Amino acid sequence: MPTPLAWYLGLSAVLFGIGVLGVLVRRNVIIIFMAIELMLNAVNLAFVAVARSRGSLDGQVIVFFVMTVAAAEAAVGLAIILAMFRNRETTNADELATLRW
Amino acid sequence: MNPVVFVALAALTVLSAFTVVLHRNPVHSACALVVTLFLLAVFFVGLDAPLVAVLQVIVYAGAVVVLFLFVIMLLNLQVEARSMASPLLVFAAVAGGMALVACLAVVVGRAAARPAADLPAGFGDTVSVARALFTVYLLPFELTSVLLLVAIVGSVALAKKTAGEG
Repeated sequence: MPTPLAWYLGLSAVLFGIGVLGVLVRRNVIIIFMAIELMLNAVNLAFVAVARSRGSLDGQVIVFFVMTVAAAEAAVGLAIILAMFRNRETTNADELATLRW
Repeated sequence: MNPVVFVALAALTVLSAFTVVLHRNPVHSACALVVTLFLLAVFFVGLDAPLVAVLQVIVYAGAVVVLFLFVIMLLNLQVEARSMASPLLVFAAVAGGMALVACLAVVVGRAAARPAADLPAGFGDTVSVARALFTVYLLPFELTSVLLLVAIVGSVALAKKTAGEG
């Protein structure tokens, strides 16, 4: 008996929730970044599971694009973190509050 | 994939995902992220997506996490003394996260009653995915190369030291 689609989507939802939790709870911008990657991967799992269930390759192709965007985002984001650290000597999101109203 | 194997792997994945989010040492978080991404690659293999699984290992577990580890070492981050937000925010975040998962579960439970479709031969291998990528999705595929070029130039411009600084 194969695993039903709903189980994969449930796992995907749980992983996405853990990622949201990480973004909200942690104060280190690098950990927040990892939590964002976790959320992107949770969505990838949902895409692949639905692609398998529908017998269509579109989901897998979209996962390819999500990976590309995630890699670009990681490169630019980590460069921003480096520049921030160089200027402010911190990676704590609470201390990087210059733009807060 | 066998449901028993699925449950075991899913438990491991959730455990390592929690380690990513909750561990105080950023290096341990990054290592747990590698484990999570590898386990997701295993799920992809079980879902007839071998090409996506290989890309997941190469791009994520390889390139992206190495980038994370590189930045963590460059910044010389230590174990944090005060890594969490205030208790009120933590409570609100846990409640909100559980509400989100519950909402998603309700929607998913409504959507996922259909039996799995029969797969064409070669589903998810390099040939079939590449055929979709280079015919139907040709324009977005080419646009990703522009995106990557912009990302390279942008990250070099952001990360390099400006003249006169340090």
